[in-house]
Amino acid sequence: MSAPLLEVEDLGKRFGGFVALEGIGLSVAPGERVGLIGPNGSGKSTLVNCLCGTLRNETGTVKFDGADLEGYSAHERTRLGMARSFQLPRPFFSMSLVDNVRIPLLYAVAARRGSHLTAAEIDARCRELLGLVGLSAKARRWPRDLTQVEMRKLELARAMAAEPKLLIADEAMAGLSHSEIDDILALLVRLNEQGITIILIEHIMRAVMHFSQRLIVLVSGRKIADGSPQTVIQDPEVVRAYVGE
Amino acid sequence: MRSSIFLLLAAAVGVATFFALRYVHNDYLFFAGYVVLQYIVLATAWNILGGYCGYVNFGTAAFFALGAYCSVAIHKLSPMPIPVLILVGGVVAGIVGLGTGYLTLRLRGAFFSIATLALAVVVQTLITNWDFVGGSRGAYVVRPATAPLIGSYIQYLFLIMLVLAVLAVFAARMVERSWLGYGFASIRDDELAAEAAGVPTLRLKLIATTLSGALMGMAGAPLPYYVGYLDPASGFNLAYAVNSIAMPLVGGTTTWIGPLIGAILLGTIQQVATVTISSAVNLLIVGVVLVAFVMIAPNGLFGLVEARLRARSER
Repeated sequence: MSAPLLEVEDLGKRFGGFVALEGIGLSVAPGERVGLIGPNGSGKSTLVNCLCGTLRNETGTVKFDGADLEGYSAHERTRLGMARSFQLPRPFFSMSLVDNVRIPLLYAVAARRGSHLTAAEIDARCRELLGLVGLSAKARRWPRDLTQVEMRKLELARAMAAEPKLLIADEAMAGLSHSEIDDILALLVRLNEQGITIILIEHIMRAVMHFSQRLIVLVSGRKIADGSPQTVIQDPEVVRAYVGE
Repeated sequence: MRSSIFLLLAAAVGVATFFALRYVHNDYLFFAGYVVLQYIVLATAWNILGGYCGYVNFGTAAFFALGAYCSVAIHKLSPMPIPVLILVGGVVAGIVGLGTGYLTLRLRGAFFSIATLALAVVVQTLITNWDFVGGSRGAYVVRPATAPLIGSYIQYLFLIMLVLAVLAVFAARMVERSWLGYGFASIRDDELAAEAAGVPTLRLKLIATTLSGALMGMAGAPLPYYVGYLDPASGFNLAYAVNSIAMPLVGGTTTWIGPLIGAILLGTIQQVATVTISSAVNLLIVGVVLVAFVMIAPNGLFGLVEARLRARSER
């Protein structure tokens, strides 16, 4: 087995007296599809925020692609190849869809290459990315003209524009219909086939079970299970957390 | 439009304005025009931070007066040509802008604005107690009777401010269309998402405060020569802060053309009102126009036109 792409050890985060995360350890191999589940308030989004540098973890280490991320700001982590989508879509509302996708190309990608891309390169890449998520027809529209599912797709397209090695999709499917979920799932699987490692944070069990090769369960800020989806959902502790005794 | 062509066009408009005013043979037009041009620079400068990045700066007067008082100090030491003073004023105000940014940019929204207001008060207090530049008594700066080549000194000042206005608008347009402009806009829209897209938000905000502060300082540098007598109350006048916010808002904040339109419109109305009614009515005019625009066209004149065009194209 190759070296893990993401390695988290003993990660902890408090908000005042409230312990949001404690002693979290996990590792993700390159190319893997990992599902991260847990009841509301279990610390999933806090974990994502700590991984991506939006929040600072008080204890523990996060290693990504061999580098210790201690002290790295959010944009530096994005440049290293870690991209995220937000739980509630956060498009740049004053920009057209192409310009939304343009931002990571102008910053994350340009910084990694050490030089700015040409205008033609950027335009072509923007079209390609919007095509990937099926939003080509609306390239010149504004985010406010989009439906919920389109907004999620834009969110993913913008994350993909940063050319990540690891994509963290934070509840990319919440509030979507059955067929829309399948749409997004197919998209994520396609991205994974292109070699991108994906961590999927999700409530919808059908989607998680279908997507994940491995499942990690958080409850009250602790990791209680980590393994193949079939065994994890039969784990008595997981059942207790979800269904109650 | 290519940047070089834009600069040529802007310069042509500037030259045409200058010669049209000269043709009228009335120096008062240059006095009035100078103020309008000065507001074009101030509004454009404010807009780089306030419009592009979404950080509302109430401290315009501080940067502006810093530029002006740099000129007073240099004038007392050894007088230098105004273009040099503009450079010095720009550098000093730019450095203060950078420092302000460093201290305040972790603040957002109203908190940032209050901090800039506090900055204006602090700088004013410092200047008021600095005896070398006149303290609260103010300082007289006797301007030369004539300028080389042009003759009339006010025409010379007008020309300098005209060049500065053309350069400021040109710079704002360059910034707006470059990777910097996209980065600024992403900060205005959503800082968290901008960081996630790889935008170094803190660094970009520092660039914006420096650039904006420097341009304001440059606009203030020739002021002592224009007024002849400068005291803290006039240099730090509230009108500068209010106008440099109102003008971009009236014109539209997301693009270089907004502050330009706003400054020409409001600045001209104020100059006309000063002559026909009274200069005291100026702030009232700004207030009324601002309220009207907030209600009727919250995105300014440019936003209004743009929305019309978009609605037509979608129909």
